[in-house]
Amino acid sequence: MTVDAPISQSIDKNNLSNFVYLDHAASTPMRAEAIAAMAPYMSGMYANPSGSHRFARIARKAIDEARDEVADVIGCKAGEVIFTSGGTEGDNATIFGAARRKGGIAVCSAAEHHAVLHCVENLNGRIIGVDATGVIDVNALEQALQDSQIAGRVNVVSVMAVNNEVGSISPLRQVAKIVRANAPGAVLHTDAVQATCWQDLREISKLVDVMSLSAHKFGGPKGMGVTMQRIGLEIDPLIVGGGQERDRRSGTHNVGGIMATAAALRETDSTRDVEIARVTKLRDALVDAVIAGLDDVLETVGRDKRVPGIAHLCIAGCESEAILFLLDEAMICASAASACASGAMEPSHVLSAMGIDPKYTMGALRMSLGHTTTERDIDRASTALIAAVHQLRRNKTMSKTTHNTTNKVSASK
Amino acid sequence: MKVLVAMSGGVDSSVAAAELIDQGHEVVGVTMRLWGGESDTGCCSVSDVDDARRVAQQLGIDHLVFNFSEDFDKHVVAPYVQAHVDGITPNPCIECNRHLKFDRLSERARILGFDAVATGHHAQITRDQDSTYRLTRGHDELKDQSYVVYMLDQAELAFTMFPVGHLTKAQVRDRAVALGLRTATKPDSQDVCFISRTGGRETFLGHRIEFRKASVVTTDGVQAGAVDALELVTIGQRKGLGLPGGGPKKYVVDVDMPNARVVIGDEDQLLRTGLVVTNVMWAEIEPIIGVTVLVQCSAHGAALPAVVQSLNPLVLKFEVAQRRIAPGQSVVCYDPTNSFVLGGGIADAINPINN
Repeated sequence: MTVDAPISQSIDKNNLSNFVYLDHAASTPMRAEAIAAMAPYMSGMYANPSGSHRFARIARKAIDEARDEVADVIGCKAGEVIFTSGGTEGDNATIFGAARRKGGIAVCSAAEHHAVLHCVENLNGRIIGVDATGVIDVNALEQALQDSQIAGRVNVVSVMAVNNEVGSISPLRQVAKIVRANAPGAVLHTDAVQATCWQDLREISKLVDVMSLSAHKFGGPKGMGVTMQRIGLEIDPLIVGGGQERDRRSGTHNVGGIMATAAALRETDSTRDVEIARVTKLRDALVDAVIAGLDDVLETVGRDKRVPGIAHLCIAGCESEAILFLLDEAMICASAASACASGAMEPSHVLSAMGIDPKYTMGALRMSLGHTTTERDIDRASTALIAAVHQLRRNKTMSKTTHNTTNKVSASK
Repeated sequence: MKVLVAMSGGVDSSVAAAELIDQGHEVVGVTMRLWGGESDTGCCSVSDVDDARRVAQQLGIDHLVFNFSEDFDKHVVAPYVQAHVDGITPNPCIECNRHLKFDRLSERARILGFDAVATGHHAQITRDQDSTYRLTRGHDELKDQSYVVYMLDQAELAFTMFPVGHLTKAQVRDRAVALGLRTATKPDSQDVCFISRTGGRETFLGHRIEFRKASVVTTDGVQAGAVDALELVTIGQRKGLGLPGGGPKKYVVDVDMPNARVVIGDEDQLLRTGLVVTNVMWAEIEPIIGVTVLVQCSAHGAALPAVVQSLNPLVLKFEVAQRRIAPGQSVVCYDPTNSFVLGGGIADAINPINN
């Protein structure tokens, strides 16, 4: 019944250079500058920067300078930079930290990353709906903040800068205006993990009180993050101990990781404009090719409403897991929604919050581009995707026909 | 052939994958994520998925996870709950085979271009002279699972492989030990996978349905006791009926859901020779009326001789009266040599007394 030769037949799967990596929103390769910056601190300069000796002072100086560099790119004071273990820690520490200090109500959008959403759910907070592009419904936010049940008690509002699945850009300026007017005591936090490569962080940071970043999304190492936290906010630390990071985040500094993070962030910032132009062209070429080659494909969010790095499509008549399997066979790395601990694909809470027809959401596919993406990647991905969808749609029809025939035979016996 | 092997994280499916590799097939392992709630192995059964993935890594094959939890809720969990409301006995493992392993998964495998789906069931697929597929009992009599996969028709049998069906359980474990598989000594799963040992059936159902109190009466209508949860009572049950001690043994002979009554009687009042079976499907062709077949009514029950009295509906008459088969139980007919499945269906609520 399945007549197709596997798309993958001629590809050597043991050769890593045959991978087409279109999952940069999950993790983007480390930048050479970052690897070079961290190396000395993984070997020779191993002292704990909190020490009082000369050797420790070398490490201390390194992280002080890295902090200045990060502050410059973010557009904040050095004292407002906290090095963390990643975006999830930044989100958790802010939301739980604010709740721990003064109780109150946490508020976020329905399309937040689980690192925010699960915190707010855990605190029985208020979840605000999103519009058809996946960004927070600002009118609903305003109404919620004015709702007599919670008005005056909201302690933290968390709204992502860029959605991690569909790539839509949040109206943070409007969000900030509404929060300041209606909940002046609340901490305004943004998870800017997916914005770092594509937006000037100075423009985001000036709107909010706290901003969380993840290093491996911009060419730094995994297990590193940066949180910008304005001075004097009512947020208790989540991790206590040795009092590092001005008591806001204890734990021995990951000196190499901090050096690499600063170097990657600097490189991201200085190449951003060029990369936006280059990647937008590639992304548009990819989406155009797929739409030209296939019927019934939905471009989930308009191109002017999302960041350059994300191509999110909803393909009718296919299931995401099946598309991903065939792409994987062709060594194309892509993604659908978020994966749970078992590795299974979860139905996307973002797409259901956006109210997209399930006929389309079942075939959701995210291809995300980054600093290493080339034209060749795009060509191979679009060719493989078109072939995969053709196979799935054809075999689905055939499989249905066979099953119906079988049923008829057994019924007529 | 390109074979998709369903790997549950247990020893049978681990060895099934190894057997397929030995036979020279191109093998990909898959674990179905079915249940998202609490279970004895943790949320999403992550530890079982871990075991399956690690075995696949040891064997050098790709391993995937497919999320079929929506289908599982719809076709297995919801009917399980509804069966209790309706007072019939659910068969979640059989419904999972019917709707998930041999429908959803095999459909997915076909679409992806696989030539077959394999599982670790102890059953065998053989061919008779005219090439018809036969679902044959597993080589290990004690572990035979042909009963739980009775629903496979010719098209599904042609697309299915049971690579450990010709082995005994001891041989399967030996093989796993020889290969150094981490699942070699893992105990067999016994219970319904979505019900945790700590909470049990009562807790699981208690979160989903309202239990009804019911009176327990004799076949003559005399009040004898009471139960707090009518939905948890099963035909043949003896304990937990609020009966005074002493006296002859009493059994549940009927559960009257509309009137919220449990009817009890002596053992002989539980006995039936007739059995009506609905939703019947035959592996190949219908049997001839009047023929004697061997009938099995539980996963490890004995197959007992019964005559086929009619076909639509299927009415079977046991040679020796049996304790009443609870409505909802799967009833599977085997050939007179007790070696392969002829077909099967679901025991109906209509249960003629000694027809």
